[in-house]
Amino acid sequence: MSEELLVTARNNALIDPGLHIWTWEVAMYLFMGGMTAGIMIFSALMIVRDKEQVAPFATSRLALLAPIVLSLGMTTLFLDLEHKLFVYRFYTSFQITSPMSWGAWILIIVYPISVLQILSTIRVGYSSLASYVDRLTIGRLMVDWCERYRTEIAFAVIPFAVALGIYTGILLSAFGARPFWNSGVLGLLFLVSGMSTAAALVVLLARQRSERDLFTRIDLVLIFAEIALVVLSLISLASGSGQHIDALQSVMGGSYTLSFWVLFVGIGLLIPMVLELLEISGVSKSLAMLAPVLVIVGGYALRQVVIDAGQESTWTSYSTQYSAELLQRLPQSD
Amino acid sequence: MTRYAMVIDTKTCIGCGDCVVACKTENKVPEGLNRDWVVEATSGTYPNLTTEFRSERCNHCSNATCVTLCPTGASHHWNDTNIVLVNADKCTGCKACIAACPYDARLVMHPDGYIDKCTFCHHRIEQGLDPACVSSCPTRCMHFGSLDDPHSKVNHLLKTRQHKVLIPETGNDPNVYYLT
Repeated sequence: MSEELLVTARNNALIDPGLHIWTWEVAMYLFMGGMTAGIMIFSALMIVRDKEQVAPFATSRLALLAPIVLSLGMTTLFLDLEHKLFVYRFYTSFQITSPMSWGAWILIIVYPISVLQILSTIRVGYSSLASYVDRLTIGRLMVDWCERYRTEIAFAVIPFAVALGIYTGILLSAFGARPFWNSGVLGLLFLVSGMSTAAALVVLLARQRSERDLFTRIDLVLIFAEIALVVLSLISLASGSGQHIDALQSVMGGSYTLSFWVLFVGIGLLIPMVLELLEISGVSKSLAMLAPVLVIVGGYALRQVVIDAGQESTWTSYSTQYSAELLQRLPQSD
Repeated sequence: MTRYAMVIDTKTCIGCGDCVVACKTENKVPEGLNRDWVVEATSGTYPNLTTEFRSERCNHCSNATCVTLCPTGASHHWNDTNIVLVNADKCTGCKACIAACPYDARLVMHPDGYIDKCTFCHHRIEQGLDPACVSSCPTRCMHFGSLDDPHSKVNHLLKTRQHKVLIPETGNDPNVYYLT
């Protein structure tokens, strides 16, 4: 036998008996940050590829959603902070070895770039909103400038949007202490998943048939890529050291098996893949709107499962006989 | 980097928990939280069992991932030593350091929202004193000193006794040693 037992009481908040520091707030941010990256990437790509006729929504209206979705995500991220008044401390230093520090700065850079991207198409996409902006001289000049350099702005957006989509996965994979996260594939997986949820969003919101068809095809390719990346990350864990193999157990019979395989892989990847294949081949279009909804649900499920299973994976494990409830049974003295 | 180490003799530790109480008293650790704890590790097959007691805390790693992954520089090495401290004034409570520690749960969430942890009692070291846990140990099984000083007690013990650190394969280069 080999047993490691805590013999002094330890019941540290958020840490004992198992790590539970990050919950839905962080998962929601990872999801929304990924979707924002996808929104910005597709808006930019449609401009670069000159797809205005085929995909008018993604070309000139989609970009406005980026700062809205990102702000919602950053709100939930803020809710997670335990020392909220000190949030400004992210911006009083830059820590080159900390992906979270990179991420904080990426977020700050993404906002103004996103505004330029919105302005470059605002007159086409949101003419009534544009009329307000045009009333101000500076607004009119800005929109003129952004329209003139529309393609250049689109090219500039792409690397920052990719950085936004990929850094969250790199951030988690940098935690060598959490074997489940410790896979180099995670960054790419999050980027592709974020792009897939954004493509699904376009399918839901676009009115033009050609645009929905285009983004259904894009989403299908992204789902294939995502399945390949999921397989690669499972292989990477299965062929790792003892800690990685143990960590893999949490989705192979452990506590997150059901949510990983049914919610993420089944409902979030395989069912929408089949539905989109049926739609593209023209067999069935009756469930066309279900696939993008499932993709979005699956995108969130991926983040939640990864956050939860990662915290469960560890290098150490102590049994503890301490129970805070026992303290309540002590006679109370005044 | 000046390297301070703690050397704990598992052969003379009786698991009394005085180190835990001393730490809570010295550092006024809030109710319900602990910066150190004692583990009883039993291995073997009955009746051939061996038990070792280990007083555990932050390992004040020379290559500490809680420092490299901290986004604000709040988690830092104190005065070019291996002693890892958290500056509450820079801490956002993002909890990345907690996730970054391979020794699992070696940092404490202070009720006021910042991260709190074992400091190796650096305020006592500055005065030439041992950390509170070391000073209070009734069996004198705990030792503290500099690894850079070739004549220090900790160096002598590590040269003459079999020892180990916890999970060295994490690559964090921990500085709490256990004599076995």
